[in-house]
Parts: sequence; C-alpha cells; structure tokens
Amino acid sequence: MDIFLQQIFNGLTLGSIYALVALGYTMVYGIMGLINFAHGEVVMIGALVALAVMAPLAGSGLPGPLVVLIGLAAAVLVCMALGATIERIAYRPLRNAPRLAPLITAIGVSIVLQQLAMLIWGRRYHSVPRLLPDAPHEIFGATITEVQILIMVVAALTMAGLMLLVNRTKMGRAMRATAESPAIAALMGVDANRIIMLTFVIGSGLGALAGVLVAANYGIAHYHMGFLLGLKAFTAAVLGGIGNLPGAMVGGLLLGVIEALGAGYIGDLTGGVLGSNYQDVFAFFVLIVVLIFRPSGLMGEKVAERA
Amino acid sequence: MKKLPNAPERKRALLGTALIAVALAVLPLVVAGTLGNTWVRILDYALLYIILALGLNIVVGFAGLLDLGYIAFYAVGAYLYALLASPHFGIHWPAWAILPLGAIVAGFFGVVLGAPTLRLRGDYLAIVTLGFGEIIRIFLNNLNAPVNITNGPKGIALIDPIRIGGHSLSAPLDLFGVTVPGVVLHYYLFVLLAVGIVFVGIRLQDSRIGRAWVAIREDEIAAKACGIDTRNVKLLAFAMGASFGGVAGGLFASFQQFVSPESFGLLESVMVLCMVVLGGMGNIPGVILGGLLLTLLPEAFRYGAGPVQQVLLGRVLLDPESLRMLLFGVALIAVMLYRPAGLWPEARHRRELAEAAAEKKA
Amino acid sequence: MTVLLEARGIGKRFGGVQALHDVSLTIRRGEIYGLIGPNGAGKTTFFNVLTGLYPRDGGEVMFDGEPLKLGSPHEVTRAGIARTFQNIRLFANMTALENVMVGRHARTKVGVGGAVFRFSSARAEEAAIHRRAEELLHYVGIADHANDLARHLAYGDQRRLEIARALATEPKLLALDEPAAGMNATETAALKTLVEGIRADGVTVLLIEHDVKLVMGLCDRVAVLDYGEKIAEDVPAQVRNNPQVIEAYLGGSLEH
Repeated sequence: MDIFLQQIFNGLTLGSIYALVALGYTMVYGIMGLINFAHGEVVMIGALVALAVMAPLAGSGLPGPLVVLIGLAAAVLVCMALGATIERIAYRPLRNAPRLAPLITAIGVSIVLQQLAMLIWGRRYHSVPRLLPDAPHEIFGATITEVQILIMVVAALTMAGLMLLVNRTKMGRAMRATAESPAIAALMGVDANRIIMLTFVIGSGLGALAGVLVAANYGIAHYHMGFLLGLKAFTAAVLGGIGNLPGAMVGGLLLGVIEALGAGYIGDLTGGVLGSNYQDVFAFFVLIVVLIFRPSGLMGEKVAERA
Repeated sequence: MKKLPNAPERKRALLGTALIAVALAVLPLVVAGTLGNTWVRILDYALLYIILALGLNIVVGFAGLLDLGYIAFYAVGAYLYALLASPHFGIHWPAWAILPLGAIVAGFFGVVLGAPTLRLRGDYLAIVTLGFGEIIRIFLNNLNAPVNITNGPKGIALIDPIRIGGHSLSAPLDLFGVTVPGVVLHYYLFVLLAVGIVFVGIRLQDSRIGRAWVAIREDEIAAKACGIDTRNVKLLAFAMGASFGGVAGGLFASFQQFVSPESFGLLESVMVLCMVVLGGMGNIPGVILGGLLLTLLPEAFRYGAGPVQQVLLGRVLLDPESLRMLLFGVALIAVMLYRPAGLWPEARHRRELAEAAAEKKA
Repeated sequence: MTVLLEARGIGKRFGGVQALHDVSLTIRRGEIYGLIGPNGAGKTTFFNVLTGLYPRDGGEVMFDGEPLKLGSPHEVTRAGIARTFQNIRLFANMTALENVMVGRHARTKVGVGGAVFRFSSARAEEAAIHRRAEELLHYVGIADHANDLARHLAYGDQRRLEIARALATEPKLLALDEPAAGMNATETAALKTLVEGIRADGVTVLLIEHDVKLVMGLCDRVAVLDYGEKIAEDVPAQVRNNPQVIEAYLGGSLEH
C-alpha cells in the first residue's frame, strides 16, 4: 500500500511536468501539424537560465521562493524569445515546403541549442540550490514533499489558465480557428503568422516553467536534460492524442504514473529479472500498445479516411 | 519509361560506369597516400552510413514512411554478428553465414514492428518507431543480468573480423610486394556491397513494386483503389530497409571488432534520416551525397576546428567537438531553408522547384 | 441480361446519423446504371461502402456470382470493381503514364526478385504494363500528355486520366463518382462519348452524378437515393415522372 501510494505521488509529480512540456508539443502540432523537435531543448535552456539567475542570488539573503520567482521570470522571458526566434528562423520559411523539411530544421535547432548550452554551461551536472520548502509529509504511510505538492498545484493552475485562454478569449478563438483551417481563419481576419508565433511563445513559456520545476524537484540540471524529457513529453502528447490540450494533460499524468509504478513494481512482477533500469521501456511500450488499439491516442478525435 | 538506349548512348553509359569503377578502386589508395589511413577508415564509415541511408531511403524516400528508429535494425545486425562471432559466447561463425542471417533477422524485426503500426498516420508512426529504437537500445544496455547476453553498457569486444580466403580483413595483406592495409581491404568490401545495394535500389525504383511505393506516398487511398495491398507493400518496404540496416550492422561490428549500445542512440537514427532528407529523399545519388557529406564534413571539422582556432585566435577557445556539432546543426537548418527538397532532389521534386522559382520571378 | 451486382440491405451509420438505410439495388451486366439524389442523399457513402473504403453496418453484396468481401478496397478492386473519386485523386507527382501503370498493379505480379534480377518474364511483364498503359491513355484521348506530371494536366484530362487508371485494373464494373463535376458543356459531351465507348467495350458502368441531364441521357436505368433510402429504380423516363423523386428534388433541378 505505501509503496503504491508513494509511486502514485512520485508519478503525479513527474506527470505534471510531462504534461506541461507536452502542452508545448501539442499546441504547435495542433496549429501547424509539426513536431517541434526542439521543444525539449527549450525546456533545458529554461532550467539552466533559471539556475544561472538563482545561483548568485541564493546567498544574498533574499527569501528562497522570491529567488525562484526571479529565476522563473528570467527563464520564461528567455524561452519565449527563443521560441519566437525558432519559429521565425527555422519554421516559418518552410510552411509550404515538403513535410520532412521542417522536421530536419527542428532537429538542427535542437542540436544547436544543446551545443550552445554545452559551450556556455559545460558538460557537468549543476546542482540546483534548495530554495523551496521541501519538508516531507507523511500521508497514509507514503512521503510527499512540499516541493512535490507545489509542482502539482502550479502545473494544475497553469493548465487551467491555458484552458481558459484557449476556450474563453478572443485570442484563443483565433488559435482554434487557425488550427481548424488556416485559410478560412485568414479570411476571417485572423493573422495566422501572429497566432502561430504566439503559440510558440506560450508553449515555450510553459516549457520554461517545466524546466524550472524539474530542476527544483531533482536538484540538478545539465545540458542534456532536455532530450529524454522532451521525448517522454512528446510520447505523453501522442498518448493523449496529439493536438488535443486535455489529452496532453491526461497523457502526461498517465505516463508519469505508469513510469513510477513500473519502476516500483517491475522487479517484483518479473521475479527480479528486470530492474528499474527498464523504466524508460515502460513509457514506450505503453505508447505502442495504446496506439495499436487507439491509433489516434486516448482523447484524439477519430480521423475517418475521407474519399 | 526510358526508351532503349541506342548504340552511342550505350557506349557512353558503359564508359561512365568504367570511369566510376576505376575512380572507386583508386580512391582509397590516393587517400591513404595523401591523407593517411585514418581517412580511409573514415571513408569506410561513410560507406556504412551510405548503405544505411540507402536502406532508410526505401522506407522514407520511396514509401514515404517516417521511421525515426531505423538505427535499431543496425543494432540488431551488429549484435547478432557480435554474439555469433566473438569469445563472448565462444561462438565463431563465419561472416558469410552471419551477414545474410543478420539481413533476415533484421527484416523479421522490421515486419514485427511494422505489422501492428503501419496503419498509424505518419507522425504517429514516427514516434512509435522512435520508441522502438529506444526500447532496443535500453534492452542492449541492460541484458547483462540476470543472464549476460549483451554484456550491458560495456559492450562486446574482440569480435572476429571478416575473413576472405583465410585472410583476415583487419590484417594488412602483402600483394606482390605491396602492403595493403586492413582499412583499404574493408573499403573494397564495403564499396562492393554499397554498389550492390545501389543496384538493387535503382532496379526496385523502376519496377512494379517501386511504383506501388511511390503511389502510397502520393495518395494511399487512391493506391488502395488501384488494387495495391498497401499494408503488405508497406511492410515490404519496412522489411527491405531493415534488412539493409541489418547487413550494415554486421559489417560495422566486424570492422570495429567492438559493439556497445552507445553506437545505436536516437542521434544515430536522426543522422541517417538527415542524410536521406538533406541529400534528396527518394533520389539515390542524392542520398549517397547526403551520406558522404554528413560523415566527411563533421570529421573535417573535428580535425580542422582546433588548429584553425589556434591560428585565428591564438588558442583553442571552443571545444572542437562541440563546435563540430554546432556547425552540423547550423548546416542542417541552412540547407533545408535554401533547398527544402534536399541538395540533389528526385527529378519530380526538381521540376517542382524549378516551377516555384519561375513563378517567383514572374 | 444477367445480373452483375446485387446489393442487399446496405446500411451505414456515422455516429447518430443513418447515412444509408437498407439500400438494395441490382446492376445488370453491360448497362450504364445511374445513381442520383440531392446533396447528402448518401450516394458517395454508398460508393465508399461498395468499394470497401467504409465498413458497412449491414447488408451484403453479390458481385459476378460471388459474395463481395467488403472492407478492403484493394480486394474489391481485385474482384473487378474500379472507381474514380469525386475530388480527383491522382498520384500528383507521377506522370500520366506512371499513374496508369500503377493501375496495372493488381493484374501483374513481379516482386522484388523479378525487379532486381530482371528475369525475362519480369521484363516481358513490365513491357506489357507499359504497352497497356499507353493504349489506355490513347483510349481516353490523352496520349499526348503521357509524360506530363498528373498535376499539370488540365482538369478534364485529369478526370480522363483517372478513368484510364481505373480501366487499367480490368474492371467488370467501373464506378464513376461525379465524373462531370466542374466540367463545361463541351467536356461533358466528350465525357459522355467516352463512357458510352467504355460500355460498348463490355464494361458495366455505375455512375453517380449531379448533372441530371447527363444521367438521363446516358443511363439505361437510374436509382434515386434520398435521405439514405432508395426511393426509385427504373428507366430514366419513369424515374423522371416519379412523384416521390420530384418531391425529393423539390421540382427544380430535375429539369435543368
């Protein structure tokens, strides 16, 4: 019971972060049908920028949470600018190009970002100062830290805000219209370029937030952290049904929980043959199984073949 | 369809083939004489990548199926060779038995992966293949316990080299008083296989099967309406691409005499995909060009970046390895921005681009 | 005249919408059979069910004396039903000739081995595919455009190319989904001649059409769908005067 609950807590924390990153993938995909391969690296840049701002401030006597907020603000600003730049340089010129061309530029961008980060921050793992309250609490025999609670709450509030933005505002309506049909949206006076750029900016901002939360949760950051995180988050987006915002959230949480439970129980289930180092296999295995039975993801719309 | 070539045309084609053959034969000797054996070794790796890229080109370029886990088939071929020809299990099969087996096993993996996933839409297929590639890598990394199959992250060493007529390809060969180094011997073997695979690719492209692949890429529903069993034809593309990968993997293992999971990460899959797309999807000469450029240029940077900085800045300011990857990333972006259909696109795409350019001018 | 195709009780629903309700019809060998109806009557849905693109929710089809396995389009094509699409679906970046050559796929069989080693049988088959494709381009009257990319053809020629591609599969029944859509009067007249020629050469034709005048002038028999149900099936002269049909079309479009 306590291991189970413990893994659920850990899974929900991890899953909240996956969900935030997955939103970035799914928003861009929903609007332009593009896998923004560089998104994971944007998350990494967010974490490292926040760290660069927080590290010198950590000893200044400012209260920890305030330092984190300042770091977060810096990360969000940098990543939003980064997202806009990436869209402008690497994707916009290729809107009408063969389908794989923007995928290759996306890969190019992520290589560039990773190498830049390595040149700036080096190859080593950076430890992130503990600035947030992380006292453990016991609930039914399982431990949950205050940071974990904070991550879940922040992620939930952010996602709620995003849903309001997309469903209740004029801008959100323009985004949905552009996703539906860029041509018709343009006829209705929607500036598609602006909407697409905005999508990148918002997605990147969410990515920066996720990056800061990951760093806060695990206490480390490094130039290579974006890769696997991005991969998992994209998996989560596909799991939920790519292009679908609630799908990304559900997919993220589900993936986090599955991974945590998988890591916790795989040893017992297989009589010790497989260990927790197979955690990553779980994510992809679940993805493959889900897609085989529900080819459009859990919450994706069924796309009928049209004649 | 081409008309049958007339006599002078045929003569010219023959002459061209002969020239290419001579150039390919002389190249490693020239390279070894001028740049040294290191560069012949790099050339050998380039050939392996070209074989891989040609295999992936069948899947992505011809049939239009985006496969992001292609390197897994390379891994299957490489580990099969490593397990069947090394002291690890004490098995020492000859290469001529393992390489075809590698093609078959990799092809089988291709079908196993493809059968349930090929009905997925393009981008979903991409992520599933990507996941499959990662799964294979993770298993290679961890299958050293409880039973040691892959030797985990440490990899498998002391793999047998390929032997031809009792002579190991990794040992230098004395031929009429001239010593031919192992890297050059490997070069000749790899070139022969690459030429064979190019031949297969060209023949397939211009056949009933090749047309079916392109038809599926162009419009799957219309292809079905033409009586094409799209599932089987796609599976065929998957299996063929995979088996080329399997052969390349076996060659890789025998050439390096060492394999470890590190060689089969997502970045490798992405590299091969970049060769295909950057060179010109679907166009065999373009894919070869892409393979050559993407192996040779980064190597040139690796050797050039340090000294050039030394000369220009007086010291090595930026880590050459990092700089090399950075420039690689920039190159990918730049090429796609200026030539979205690749450096040397298929004739159909070329026509498209020419029109677009004409429209722009008009 | 013998029966070529008999559909019995075909049903299809999309979510809560009953797109086809218990549709039965009989197509005789050698006739031109028209399927008409107002927008949204279910004509194209029937077509897509018949050609295996949509799974059906009920009913069965006997084709050429055998039960037709619905559900996989390529098997329907192999059984002898070829189709065209309402919104032309050509292989846009293949030449006209290549498009028709793809149509020979189901009736030829060279595989990887034959393609790579070019056995004499494979070469003979490839030559035959090529020859037949050229004949068909000639037959539909676009031989001059054999080496043009499909997407560069004029609209009317694209329609013809699609028909040539469908004929390449050696159909017993050629199903045309609104072939005259978007055509001017001259093109429509030429199309009519082409379809009559195809029938004269022994291929039964199923025609879905919006252009009622064309249908009435071309078809031997006509079925009318309305709200997913068949409300009439008869020779054109009878259908024209059927009160239910007139009601369905609300007077207007039957006459123009």
